[in-house]
Amino acid sequence: MNAEEITLLLEGLLEADFSFRKVGPTAIKLAQLTQSDQDFLLDWVKRIASTNLEVSWQFARRAPALIGSMDRRLMEAWAVGACDTYDQKGLRPALQVLEEADHYGERRLEMTAGVLFEDLAGVLGNFVCGLSGRRLRVEQGESLYTDTERILLPGVIARFPVVADNFKLAKVAVTLLWAQTRFGTFHADLARACADFPDPQRALKQLHGLETLRLCARIARDFPGLHRDMERLRALLGEGLPAGWEAVAQRLAQPDADLEDSLHLLGDAVHLPEFTPWCYQGELKPDAVAAVAAARQEKEKARLRVKLADLMQDHVRRPPDQPLGEDRDAPEFAAEVDDEGGRLDMEITLDGAPIAPPDDVKALFSSIYLDFGEIPPEYLVPAGEGEYDPSLLFDQSADPDSVWQGSYHEEGASFYPEWDMGREHYRKNWCVMREKDVPPVHDGFYRETLEKHAGLVKQLRRSFEAMRDENRLLKRQVDGDEVDIDALVEALADAKDGREMSDRLFVRQHRSERNIAVAFMVDMSGSTRGWINEAEREALILLCEALERLGDRYAIYGFSGITRKRCELFRIKTFAEPYSEEVKARISGIRAQEYTRMGFAIRHLSKLLNEVDAATRILITLSDGRPDDYFDAYRGQYGIEDTRMALLEARRSGVHPFCITIDREARDYLPHMYGAARYTILDDVRQLPFKVSDIYRRLTR
Amino acid sequence: MNAKILAPEEHFIEKEPYYEAVGDEIAIFHAAHAHRLPILLKGPTGCGKTRFMEHMAWRLRRPLITVSCHDDLTASDLVGRYLVKGGETVWMDGPLTRAVRVGGICYLDEIVEARKDTMVVIHPLADDRRTLPMEKLGQLLEATADFCLAISYNPGYQSVLKDLKQSTRQRFVALEFDYPAPDLEARIVAAESGVDAELAARLVRFAQTTRNLKGAGLEEGASTRLLVHAGKLISGGIAPVLACRSAVAQAITDDADMLAAIQELSSSLF
Repeated sequence: MNAEEITLLLEGLLEADFSFRKVGPTAIKLAQLTQSDQDFLLDWVKRIASTNLEVSWQFARRAPALIGSMDRRLMEAWAVGACDTYDQKGLRPALQVLEEADHYGERRLEMTAGVLFEDLAGVLGNFVCGLSGRRLRVEQGESLYTDTERILLPGVIARFPVVADNFKLAKVAVTLLWAQTRFGTFHADLARACADFPDPQRALKQLHGLETLRLCARIARDFPGLHRDMERLRALLGEGLPAGWEAVAQRLAQPDADLEDSLHLLGDAVHLPEFTPWCYQGELKPDAVAAVAAARQEKEKARLRVKLADLMQDHVRRPPDQPLGEDRDAPEFAAEVDDEGGRLDMEITLDGAPIAPPDDVKALFSSIYLDFGEIPPEYLVPAGEGEYDPSLLFDQSADPDSVWQGSYHEEGASFYPEWDMGREHYRKNWCVMREKDVPPVHDGFYRETLEKHAGLVKQLRRSFEAMRDENRLLKRQVDGDEVDIDALVEALADAKDGREMSDRLFVRQHRSERNIAVAFMVDMSGSTRGWINEAEREALILLCEALERLGDRYAIYGFSGITRKRCELFRIKTFAEPYSEEVKARISGIRAQEYTRMGFAIRHLSKLLNEVDAATRILITLSDGRPDDYFDAYRGQYGIEDTRMALLEARRSGVHPFCITIDREARDYLPHMYGAARYTILDDVRQLPFKVSDIYRRLTR
Repeated sequence: MNAKILAPEEHFIEKEPYYEAVGDEIAIFHAAHAHRLPILLKGPTGCGKTRFMEHMAWRLRRPLITVSCHDDLTASDLVGRYLVKGGETVWMDGPLTRAVRVGGICYLDEIVEARKDTMVVIHPLADDRRTLPMEKLGQLLEATADFCLAISYNPGYQSVLKDLKQSTRQRFVALEFDYPAPDLEARIVAAESGVDAELAARLVRFAQTTRNLKGAGLEEGASTRLLVHAGKLISGGIAPVLACRSAVAQAITDDADMLAAIQELSSSLF
């Protein structure tokens, strides 16, 4: 394209007529690029423009100068990063992200060979789980450090001109941080240990150096391959041991070296030249560790002691007349830690007799061991009745309504991404989703519905009963348990006649188990108020009656919401719950709520479905119209595209989606969202109760 | 060279199968067999259950008849059935019947995979009656002192739907198997695959890292059997990291992220 064409295009994309954006110079620069580069950049300008015009304009101004030297992969990450920042923090920070490219000279490595956190997180998250000990989460943070529960990595890692080396650097760094929690760097209060020195800051740096030496030696023994990478990376950067540190390093390389040795050597080390941090060393943050450790230790102590009390109940048979806690010599737990060969195993004994603790107790033991280097005796005393507040024992989920009324709306919620059609990319953590309960209404609705549809109920029960896949005798099989005498007689007669004898001479008992899990996603948006709501509720009652006959596992959730900050899924029946009076009352209590944001509901329910062990998983949506939300881009094509994407994701994960709607205009968008033959449109609301069960029967036949 | 053809009941194991005892399992098996008690082997896949059975068959000098159970395995598959031969029906013994007749060891591998009604036919054999009713023949087969019934079962990954019924499990003497302790496992890997002790120990360490991943994206960590496979590849001149990839990582997962993570673990260790 030439400059004029590009100018016109940019003016259109960026609405230059209504702003003061002078697109001419940029267009000239763009015109000098190859066709492929032009297409790439203009596509991104268009995609960003759907998020924000100013961000897009700033991108367009800078990009032509960068495209020659910047990797396309990183350029995409740069553009998406700006959009993500815009989503989360607003315009100003997003523009700052783009301005960073002005310092391209200094940050050339990042722009060409950096590895992005997103690319690392999956692999290194699993990697660090494979190393023994507490399961650490890998998360994105400002800098590289660990707080003993998480390992934080910066968004981009770029010290080397080659992508593979940067990945190795991240891997080595993660291992070293893991080693800090695994091999006891935080057994002592490091801040206090350094406080007595004239310059505590410097002392902490030196101590970090000592610990790095100790842990690197440990890693060298346990992970020779990793050790080679470490050596190579340091050699590439010319990083070595500062002068005078040799003796210290030698001492810390001993197999029995521990934190005590590092603390002991610190007195000498403060007089040595400062330890220049190695590339993979990260930071040591005793305050971050202290913040999470205290809470964790209290929680784990409580949990372990309660679990031990449970274990004791299981193992000690008390005479029934002797009440708990009054026996003179109460049984004693002892724990021995087997910390060898890369595995961390616990031997738990109760009065000398070994017992096999469940996995969660083992995990508690190893976590406590990592904090203290032993299991402190007071942790091994089983808790008395009611000694602990249950809030310590279970992870609390905040009450959704009180959270909403508070100032911090995202507490305790799950986040789901949303597909932005303009950007052709996800908006990360965009929907703030909560599960809520439907307030049960104990009225006569259930009974009335059954009476109203008495004939239908009977018929449904009968047809669903017929679908139960029961044992059948299959005749004339090639192979089977018994000889099919009829077939044999016939075959022998055939043979006598000189005709070919059939080989299908056996009967076989056929047994196939229906192994279906289905989630129903019910529209609870405001538009269902009245007739539709009632029809939906009746349909659900009839459906439950039918499904109970069939024995398929099912869950029912209602969805509604207002804006992305308040996406709500209403539990009506979970998979685990039986079809009880409570569930019936909840169905009766379904009321129309707000809007129809659908993507999050599909994503969450597919996740729930995938946690159920079943051969076939089905997600059925009952809806009355297109996806919609309050004064939001969700209205219209955007919502349809997001819903479509969510359905594609569901299908990829092995869930079969299906939609039942009463929106007569649905023919315009449903085929696009669900695909042909994956939906049914009902012309009349009153058909809903009759049809839903019927459709389900046909779907799963 | 043609493969040897043997009837299952004539298949005696001549050469001692390599087996390292982890605990008292050999003594317990001997005692149970002497008292005609059936045996249940529990444990994850690839930890040596089948090898143990071969070893015991060799020790007891009885033929070993193994049936790998699957979800379509019927009672007739075990007991026997009528077949049609030249216009006549002929009775054909199933593997369980054969084992009872010759006083061999019948080993039903992964018993929970079999259909629930199938499991019931072993009940009379598994208690003090020690008889096999053959309804279709109208006969009752009484087991000799030598006959031994063993079943295996992996409590780890099977779904709750496929749990072993109490009425079945409470007839057996249970032996629990797990991956051997690191030293022992290294010795087994070295002996089976021919790699040196140092490399075998590394392989075991690697297996341990994958076992740590159990429940965090992996259904099951690397078994001793997979380590032996990897060891054999290494003995055959394949580089350790590559051997771990082909013999272990690819065998335990298809997930790309998980494969990459396991690859990183093995490249850290070798």
